[in-house]
Amino acid sequence: MASRKAMVGLVAVAATALLLTSCSGTDGGQTDDKVDGEITFLTNRTDLEQDGTFDRYIEEFTTENPDVTVKIEAITNYEDDVRTRMSTPNGYGDVLLIPDAVGVDQFPDFFEKLGTVEELEDDYRFISDRALDGDVYALAVGGNTFGVLYNKAVFEEAGITDLPTTPEDFLAALQSIKDNTDATPYYTNYKDGWPLGGQWTDNWAGIGGNGDVENEIAEEPAPWTEGDPAYIVDSLLYDIVADGLSEEDPLTTNWEQSKSDFATGKIGSMVLGSWSIAQFQQAATDAGADPADIGFMAFPTNIDGTQYAKIGGDRRLAINVNSSNKPAAEAWLKFLVEDSDFAEISGMISPSKAVEELPENLSSLQEAGVEFFENTPAPEGKEGLLNAVADESEVDVWGNIYRQQLIDLARGQASGTKDSFFDDLNARWGAAVEDLAG
Amino acid sequence: MSFAPGTGLKRRRFFQVATPYLFVAAAVGLLVLLTYLPAANMFWYSLTEWRGFGPIDAEDFIGIENYVKVFTDPSIFEVFLVSIYYFVGSFLQMAAALYFATILSFNTRFSNFFRGVIFFPYLLNGVAIGFVFLYFFQPGGTLDSVLGWFGVNETPLWLGDASVANYSLAGTSVWRYTGLNFVLFLGAIQSINPELYEAAEIDGASRWHQFRFIIFPGIRRIVGLSFILAISGALSVFEIPYIMTTGANGTKTFVIETMQTAFQHHKVGLASAMAVVLLAIVLIVTWLQRKFFPDEKVDLT
Repeated sequence: MASRKAMVGLVAVAATALLLTSCSGTDGGQTDDKVDGEITFLTNRTDLEQDGTFDRYIEEFTTENPDVTVKIEAITNYEDDVRTRMSTPNGYGDVLLIPDAVGVDQFPDFFEKLGTVEELEDDYRFISDRALDGDVYALAVGGNTFGVLYNKAVFEEAGITDLPTTPEDFLAALQSIKDNTDATPYYTNYKDGWPLGGQWTDNWAGIGGNGDVENEIAEEPAPWTEGDPAYIVDSLLYDIVADGLSEEDPLTTNWEQSKSDFATGKIGSMVLGSWSIAQFQQAATDAGADPADIGFMAFPTNIDGTQYAKIGGDRRLAINVNSSNKPAAEAWLKFLVEDSDFAEISGMISPSKAVEELPENLSSLQEAGVEFFENTPAPEGKEGLLNAVADESEVDVWGNIYRQQLIDLARGQASGTKDSFFDDLNARWGAAVEDLAG
Repeated sequence: MSFAPGTGLKRRRFFQVATPYLFVAAAVGLLVLLTYLPAANMFWYSLTEWRGFGPIDAEDFIGIENYVKVFTDPSIFEVFLVSIYYFVGSFLQMAAALYFATILSFNTRFSNFFRGVIFFPYLLNGVAIGFVFLYFFQPGGTLDSVLGWFGVNETPLWLGDASVANYSLAGTSVWRYTGLNFVLFLGAIQSINPELYEAAEIDGASRWHQFRFIIFPGIRRIVGLSFILAISGALSVFEIPYIMTTGANGTKTFVIETMQTAFQHHKVGLASAMAVVLLAIVLIVTWLQRKFFPDEKVDLT
């Protein structure tokens, strides 16, 4: 009898414990207008935390706002860790960089509204492409443009005088690198994967000079049709690999190693955003090579002789909607965007319209007469549609799975042809577009 | 003395009876919290089309649609073909482990050293092994260099060639897990009464006869257990291929596909359904195996 009572008692204790775990934290958010308190900033820049840059920022910030304590949390595996932490209302700090996985339509669930597009567009760039119903939830830390990173010394050695402006010219240039030098003309970075994702997809806009292309493709039933941006981009990648102009064994590539290999002239080109210029110049200095060899060109397509390039916001900063120190968080966010030199030291385009010049490392593009433009925002109610279609069809245009399959095909390791592959992509994409439109 | 008869005794009796449960409560509590509760959650997610974070709205509930998708989409089950490589590899694993366990259970020279060497790979972290073997399989890496000493200069791309990649990965897996099987078999063999060997030797039995009629029947249970582990391991292989190739180039396994569905395509509902299906398959296979090869107690005398 007593043992049964003990059992019942223990079950009751266990059940209560379980119930308590399902309770969420306190409903954060005192309505406090004073800029004070402690805020936590989540960032993926472990390098800046280590070399003291963030400490410098905190010092500058606290001279203006002495009552605020800023805690920096630099996370190596940022995407996965922060995405998981976002399941807990108070688990993702006060100010953070938005992980790529969060769709624009989910912003109000997680982030604090910063203002409307009309209010903010005079002061900031890169806000309207991630706005929801005219409301802005995030400010970019800086902006990039997209194109191809190339090694000037390798191109010179191969005898390439003019930068290619069509895909055929680009392939010819790579071929001459293969014939005349020892360098690998193109390095896919297949193993690490991410250089095959957004770095290529961000060039869709530049091909047609069309800032609306991402919104259009979200509703286009067959984007991989000849002559269309998605086809041109993936066809170029296929041709590069099929013609033997990339590395021999993609399965054992290494991103970190590729930086120093590129800088020392063992690799000719890579499709990356302009954020990479600063990183590769650093890698060149570290490897004892000349940073001036790092060159950047627009994606090799043109419309009547003019090349276009999209500029887009890099990571976005946002405030946790459950934060209990929102004024302080907003002050820190605005400091990072407007007053700090974060964009400058990363070689990015400043998000503040007060700064009008493009960073120096993009000067070659300016000289070449490349026209820059920003993406137009998605039509109302269709924000996040491109991501939703990509997820539903499992053609991850911002990821690397389907492009890795494309490379397998181009190397002859998978069965099928370029056309059958694109037909399959179109079929899946079209089915998802139809599913989500209905 | 305030020894009130009844109350003090009752309290003492309560604690006497409740103590073992109290000790267990912490462990059971953690088990429920960290294993059963997430598993129950997973069953719930498999009935929805949740994207992985944010609230689950009412319209996300779609019932058994995910399960229908798992069984009607051929690309989902195709990846089980890759598990066959690991399954065959596990037979090699067990054969090698059994062989080493047998010879090292007798008085061989340096047997302790060899036991350590064979078990050591199992102690290493899977991620570390993955990276080590990446360098091993690189073109011009360790394996190519060693083969070069024997005059073999035309080697395939061990990971880059899709027809060879799965063999390379299965080989890595065999290298890693042989130690575990070895230790299990060794322990079982050593529990056999040594007098039986003496009796057998007097009767003139050779080593092979000793193995066949004394050792093998004595460790049948462990062999059966290893077999179950091998099957469920082959079906749910994840670590080695994920670290070395992230499932690219035709090396994708079912669990890698589940992971990609959940975290790259943001379809947590479908991925949960896939995980539940895998659990069901492993349970069915285990049940079948126990039914056709039952575990009778073997009397060695």
